Amino acid sequence: MTLYWSSWSDFWAMGGHAYFVWMSYGALLAAVVVEMVLLRVRRRRALEAIEEERDLEAEN
Amino acid sequence: MNWFYFSSPSTFYGLAGRMAPWCFVAAAAFTAWGLYLGLGVAPTDAQQGAVYRVIFIHVPTAWMSMFLYFIMACYCGLTLVFNTRLSAMMARAIAPTGAVFTFVALWTGAFWGRPTWGTYWVWDARLTSELVLLFLYFGYMALANAFEDPRRGDRASALLALIGVVNLPIIYFSVQWWNTLHQGASVSFKGTSMHVTMLTGMLVMSAAAWMYAAGATLVRVRSVILERERRAQWVRNLGDA
Repeated sequence: MTLYWSSWSDFWAMGGHAYFVWMSYGALLAAVVVEMVLLRVRRRRALEAIEEERDLEAEN
Repeated sequence: MNWFYFSSPSTFYGLAGRMAPWCFVAAAAFTAWGLYLGLGVAPTDAQQGAVYRVIFIHVPTAWMSMFLYFIMACYCGLTLVFNTRLSAMMARAIAPTGAVFTFVALWTGAFWGRPTWGTYWVWDARLTSELVLLFLYFGYMALANAFEDPRRGDRASALLALIGVVNLPIIYFSVQWWNTLHQGASVSFKGTSMHVTMLTGMLVMSAAAWMYAAGATLVRVRSVILERERRAQWVRNLGDA
């Protein structure tokens, strides 16, 4: 279970493939962050729609 | 145990809310462990160099993109046969996460392919059928939301999803059926041709992908339930919801 890399700079350089490795992992991170934000937005909108429904009923 | 108890949206709403946080906790734990193995401990591939480390997210996301479509299609089948409401809501909740995984699988494949094959994209059978999968997810979502009456959207999109299932074996077996650029499977039901740390890292990352997909689906299905049932009495009684 010893680490393969001898230093952090070694790790970030990814043997010269840093651009391709981190573009891949970065895209996954970005996709997860975007999905989490959209999930929150959707939940907030659903709750707002319920409030509007309640207000409409209260008016009638 | 009454298996139909949780098939009611109102009871499943509560259950999903209690399960989702644990799914995300498990996903975070598996991700931390899997990345430690994949990016930290696993040795660099002798032929490909360090860029092979993309497979620790490429393979799990590609697997999940197909699994999620399959599960979505099962829920669509239930919708068409039994006309159940929750199954249609689950299918709608799975589709966006399935599309996210498909996109990430294609993207990571491109960034692995550039240094390994010398190109970001090629119209290879595996790549093309995976791109078709992405369009199937988009088409499913567009059709599900194209009707004034959501129940009609449920049924029309369910039919599309079921027809699209033929694409799954095409993706899976494409590397055997056609002699194309994408390599064959390193992990299959017959065994594996990988270093044990590499394999463990990939399986742990797959577990993370499963847990993340479950958590995201459960959170989304709660919103779908609220959107669809907002006039129902139990939703009004949710208090501050």
